[in-house]
Amino acid sequence: MSVEAVTLTNEIAARRRIGAVAALSVLVVFLMLISLGIGPVRLSPLSVAQALLGAGSDVSQVIVREIRLPRTLLALAIGAILGLSGAALQGLLRNPLASPSLFGAPQSAAFGAVLVIALGLADVRSYALPVAAIIAAFASVFVLLSIAGRNAGLLILILSGLAISSFAGAATALVMNLSSNPFVVLEIAFWLLGSLEDRSFQHVMLAFPFIIAGGLMLFSQRHAFRALSLGEETAQSLGVDVGRLRLFVISGVALGVGGAVAVTGTIGFIGLVAPHLMRPLVGHDPGRLLVPSALAGSALLLAADIAVRIIPSTSDIKVGVLTSIIGVPFFLYLIMRERRALGGGVA
Amino acid sequence: MSEQALLTARGLRVRLAGRVVLEDVSLALEAGHLVALVGPNGAGKTTLLRSLAGLIPSEGEIEIGGQTLASLPLRERAKRFGYLPQGHVVHWPLPARDIVALGRYPHGATDPARLSPKDAEAVLRAMQAVDVIEFGDRRVTELSGGERSRVALARALAVEAPVILADEPTASLDPRHQIDVMQNLRATADNGVLVIVVTHDLGLAARFADHVLVLREGRLVSQGAPAEALSEQVMADVFRISAYRAEYQREAVIVPWADV
Repeated sequence: MSVEAVTLTNEIAARRRIGAVAALSVLVVFLMLISLGIGPVRLSPLSVAQALLGAGSDVSQVIVREIRLPRTLLALAIGAILGLSGAALQGLLRNPLASPSLFGAPQSAAFGAVLVIALGLADVRSYALPVAAIIAAFASVFVLLSIAGRNAGLLILILSGLAISSFAGAATALVMNLSSNPFVVLEIAFWLLGSLEDRSFQHVMLAFPFIIAGGLMLFSQRHAFRALSLGEETAQSLGVDVGRLRLFVISGVALGVGGAVAVTGTIGFIGLVAPHLMRPLVGHDPGRLLVPSALAGSALLLAADIAVRIIPSTSDIKVGVLTSIIGVPFFLYLIMRERRALGGGVA
Repeated sequence: MSEQALLTARGLRVRLAGRVVLEDVSLALEAGHLVALVGPNGAGKTTLLRSLAGLIPSEGEIEIGGQTLASLPLRERAKRFGYLPQGHVVHWPLPARDIVALGRYPHGATDPARLSPKDAEAVLRAMQAVDVIEFGDRRVTELSGGERSRVALARALAVEAPVILADEPTASLDPRHQIDVMQNLRATADNGVLVIVVTHDLGLAARFADHVLVLREGRLVSQGAPAEALSEQVMADVFRISAYRAEYQREAVIVPWADV
């Protein structure tokens, strides 16, 4: 083997990854067009494209650009940040079972938002909502990582995550319990299920700054995740500031998940599933898993949001319900696969 | 001994969780030497290795190549120490070559897919040195324990640092691989690198090391050439054993034999 041979094998792997990312991007664009075309008025991808470009009838332009575009953009961005957060947490903890929803981050973010709504501190379109959600999400991830310590086993992570999400759920229930206004309670209960329905560009403006900031923070650490494959001590010996990396990941996940939950409620399991779907395609390098996982997250949430509009039912299925219904069996499958590691109590 | 030491420590003291783990350790080690760090379990060997690399906070002064360690930023420290921890943990099934390429991380080559020619050459040299080229494309999780330990060693060598710190690199290896690893480290030292090896194998220490450091309860109780540092008195006091001593093919042989 020569230097050229080393470079060549790298190029083959790189070409494969670029192919996977390109195919995923095409899939995401395709799903966006379908998402924009589906609803009470069905539009073909062609008329959707025309409406986006300002051509076609006025009615289809209003439907596509004002009613369906915010929903589709939110599905794109929230799916992406959930996939990215899952991949980042798995990279940080070097554990394929890590994900925001298993660690109670969305549940805690929801509690933060619910508290603000119930106390009547803000209406549902103010920045107080995402800020409260972000603070609560930050606290939950911070507590989890503090409990987990430097070399957490799977068991500790899962148990702490269970405790935190149960606590966030209980706290949310308490707020609803104490709330004197039954309409507020009903509104919160539905909002908690997680949905992208009837979202406007106001919601997009509310969530996007945080999602983009969080996403950039996580993406900026991609090389550190790779070094972390060798454990924290070795990564540190290679010049990685592990303390800073942890803070970046906690903050990035909190910003992204908090911003997302504030406008859609809790949508779980995308962060767990997306990286797993990508590993067979792009390999296990945690640094190179981030972008494909974000794309896969977008594709999953777009597809789920299309599905809830297609599946015939008497009342609307919330997208958060659908992702959990699919995500939990997948989680069980992962537990079966990781049974040995779980049984031993160490990752 | 030449007058210019590469790595020196003066009055090193480390506390972990309120307990003093290292106390008043002073040493001066030269480039081109293989140094064996020995001592009973819990003597503070790993702690000493970590503090020398600046991975844990310590009191006292450490100098590397004439510069105080505390004054160096993380990235600069990383270029000066190839650190090989116990156990060779790799958390993801990455190809062996990518693991070795992580040794170039301190030099700015953070992406194994985009190595500069200079970094690619360093990776290749390291892989050649420990003979792991043939399984460069295989995932480390599919390798045997001996193969994996060589990949880990290649990763530490790829840093091309003036100092290599290896924590029990021969643990859980069969005799043949133990000797392989020590010979690799010996060859690295002969190329001008200061190699510090933590080991429980006094026989390997006596045979391969130029200099032996003996730690007991956080203090350096003996150091020098293997035969002096591992004198009968030290063996009895520190390890509570007697040893069979001999010379074979002009190398020192120490075989722990019976308790005293």
